[in-house]
Amino acid sequence: MDITLIYYLVPAIIMFCCGVYGFITRRNMIAMLISLELMLNAVDINFVVFNRYLYPEATEGMFFTLFAIAIAAAETAIAIAIIINVFRAVKNVDARDIDKMKN
Amino acid sequence: MESVGSIIMYLIIALSIIVFSVLTVTTRKILRSATFLLFVLFATAALYFKLDYEFLGAVQIAVYAGGIVVLFVFSILLTSRPGHSSEQLVSRRRVIGILAGLATLVVAGGALWSRCSMALAQLPAMSNPDMKLIGETMMGTGDGQMLLPFEAISVLLLACIIGGVVVARKR
Amino acid sequence: MDFIIPLLILAIPLGMFLLLGLAGMKMSHKLAGVLGTLGMGTVLVLSYFTAFTYFFSGNPEFISEAGVRLQSVIFNQEWLAFTPNLVISLGFLLDPISAMMLIVIPTISFMVHLYSLGYMHGEKGFQRYYAFLSLFSFSMLGLVVATNIFQMYIFWELVGASSYLLIGFFYTLPSAVSASKKAFIVTRFADLGFLIGILILSYYTQTFDFITLTSDPGAAFASTAGATFMGGSVLTWAMVLIFTGGMGKSAMMPLHIWLPDAMEGPTPVSALIHAATMVVAGVYLVARMFPVYLAVPFSLDFVLVVGAITALYAAIVACTQIDIKRVLAFSTISQIAFMMVSLGAARPEFHECLGYMASMFHLFTHAMFKALLFLGAGALIHAVHSNNYTQMGGLHKYMPITNITFLIGCLAIAGIPPFAGFWSKDEILVAVYSYSTFWGVWMTLVAGLTAFYMFRVYFLVFWWNEPEYHHRPHDSEWTMSVPLIILACVSVVAGLIPFGKFVTWQGHEYIIHMNWVVAGISIVVAVIGIIIAGVLYLRENDRPKCMADSCRWLWTAAHHRFYWDEIYLFITHKIIFNGICRPIAWFDRRIIDGTMDGFAIVTNKASYAIRNLQSGRVQNYVLVYLIGALLLAVITAWCLA
Repeated sequence: MDITLIYYLVPAIIMFCCGVYGFITRRNMIAMLISLELMLNAVDINFVVFNRYLYPEATEGMFFTLFAIAIAAAETAIAIAIIINVFRAVKNVDARDIDKMKN
Repeated sequence: MESVGSIIMYLIIALSIIVFSVLTVTTRKILRSATFLLFVLFATAALYFKLDYEFLGAVQIAVYAGGIVVLFVFSILLTSRPGHSSEQLVSRRRVIGILAGLATLVVAGGALWSRCSMALAQLPAMSNPDMKLIGETMMGTGDGQMLLPFEAISVLLLACIIGGVVVARKR
Repeated sequence: MDFIIPLLILAIPLGMFLLLGLAGMKMSHKLAGVLGTLGMGTVLVLSYFTAFTYFFSGNPEFISEAGVRLQSVIFNQEWLAFTPNLVISLGFLLDPISAMMLIVIPTISFMVHLYSLGYMHGEKGFQRYYAFLSLFSFSMLGLVVATNIFQMYIFWELVGASSYLLIGFFYTLPSAVSASKKAFIVTRFADLGFLIGILILSYYTQTFDFITLTSDPGAAFASTAGATFMGGSVLTWAMVLIFTGGMGKSAMMPLHIWLPDAMEGPTPVSALIHAATMVVAGVYLVARMFPVYLAVPFSLDFVLVVGAITALYAAIVACTQIDIKRVLAFSTISQIAFMMVSLGAARPEFHECLGYMASMFHLFTHAMFKALLFLGAGALIHAVHSNNYTQMGGLHKYMPITNITFLIGCLAIAGIPPFAGFWSKDEILVAVYSYSTFWGVWMTLVAGLTAFYMFRVYFLVFWWNEPEYHHRPHDSEWTMSVPLIILACVSVVAGLIPFGKFVTWQGHEYIIHMNWVVAGISIVVAVIGIIIAGVLYLRENDRPKCMADSCRWLWTAAHHRFYWDEIYLFITHKIIFNGICRPIAWFDRRIIDGTMDGFAIVTNKASYAIRNLQSGRVQNYVLVYLIGALLLAVITAWCLA
């Protein structure tokens, strides 16, 4: 049995769909953020897999993943800073409670 | 023809990615959710290793597993009260989520299906990209080299640091 | 002649208006009043100088070798050059009639400025009052010296605007506000005719300039030959329409209804604007365009008939009014109608257009004695705090100066020699008799009525029976008495001016011959009028009441001014409002507004409907975004496939 490209893509797609599901259903903002990380990760896998299978001599897919990881880290840090700030203001991290820009 | 060890390795990775992804979004305890995310990330790192991207895998573990998940755990501990960590999901909302996920799945699957030949590509031989190559690509300005994105990311990270400080500081 | 002084004549009142209008509220009443009066005094001196230079200097610019007075353009500045053919200039035209007006307007205006210092003392908005007076003086002077018909129109409207402002000066009184609106709207309709007339005239002649128009009307109107509209030649229409503007301003029938109501303004304003100067603008307009009118005999006949009917009507109504200012207002209408009739009767074949000269002469003397009468009425009102002569009577004991000056005014207007009115009215009657005996008799009758109603007022106010006065009436302070005395003196002697030497048709000197037949008739008629008035009103008795009762319907109709106001109200409220305005309003409200409201309602409803999309819930947004992204992917794939 050969492990072809699609064998890696299927788990990535499932991971992505899980991310979508979680982002839409979860009320906790941190849980939403976790779902977001799942989606990002799924995309990273895509980059790497395509790079590895179709253009083994190139490195762009890998570098994009590298950068994506860095950006994900930055984004998470900022998002958590905001969430904590919101938590200070409304004593809650429920996404339904922050539908106003300004209190 | 892959070796049996490789296939078993693949199966373990794929299964843990799928299972832990599903668990991440379905568990009702937020801390568990973060833990399952950690497992997914580890499995992803393993996937990178298996595809011969050792540096990438290492970065994945160091930054994601080491940095981001710790951040998550801290923020969860800061924001959630003990005993109140679970949330009740409305069934309507759940149905919508499942539908959205399935729709995504169908579209992505359809896309894959329509590129059948590509999807069945064999694993070609590849020399493991060594550290020298990675370093030169990061710092070079030539064709296919990435100094500009690297610098852009640097500025972005700086902005994030400042932004994080400004947003999170006590008033 | 240098242009500095004429320019100053216009610039000083304008500057004074700006100064008092903008900075007046920071000034004390006294300073504003004195400033305005001094400014007007300067204008008085300058315009006297200009007029005397024109009449007496013998400068070839102003008078030809043969002794014909010329029209002289002191300056004419191009102002709005729209196209090569449509150029509007502002300038200063000196000719006999404008020089005469340069004497009349500043004289009356200065007297009124001086008089108002006392009359308007302590009124709220005193500075504003003086600013408006200056604006009016500026506009009126600009009107009379206009070099072209468009400049005249501009100042014509400015005069109307300042009249509006001054009538509505007591803007807290609803009656004053409605009077000012009435004056403005009625004259606006008239001015519409004026404007159309101007446009027709200038379209066919390609010029606005008075000198070009009047020096050779035949050539200027060559292009109108054959152009007709609804049975009349275009030129006739143009002249009649231009005269409509004059009818509005000069309160001829049927556009006279605003003038009696305009008496709601302060009395000095009535004297200045609604008796002496502005209301004669219509006469002045016809005189200014007279050569053109001569070219269209029908339009002159129109002027004559309108004037004659108005004169009789106003004289009859004046006999029954109770408000002393209204009597004077109707008397003004009647006297202006005299001038109109005189112009209408002027033909070169009758004493070289004697009517033209007589009309201007009457304008001059009427300005003086009518201003005197109004200022006298102001003094009376000031003394007894009422406009109605039922509240007056026996005042000759208390107010000797007012009594004598008012009597002089009455004698002047009644046409008793040697007072001013006699001479000018006599000329008018001569002119009218030479044109048509019928109208001559008609106007003589009106002259008799004039004497009657003026002396009716005089006797009722100064003799008759003395009512209870809350406090003793007395003569006014010197700022009010001095103008009265000056104007009284002028009214005595103004008729002796050899007017024919100065202001005549085409500038030839005209020696006035007294026609003693006509003069005798008019004196007799006037004396009869005075005697009847004396018999009826000198002492308290019930003869007036008996007379009124004997023909009650006539008296009531005259008292209600023959129901002109009611007719107007009926036409506007019942016919125009119901028949035209309501359907238009309905269309506007239902169709036009409805369309717009429809847009608004649809937008409103739509925004309510889609409001929930903007819930602020991140997850909803993501869902929508996701749907969009998936659809986009599907569509792209489908298109590629």
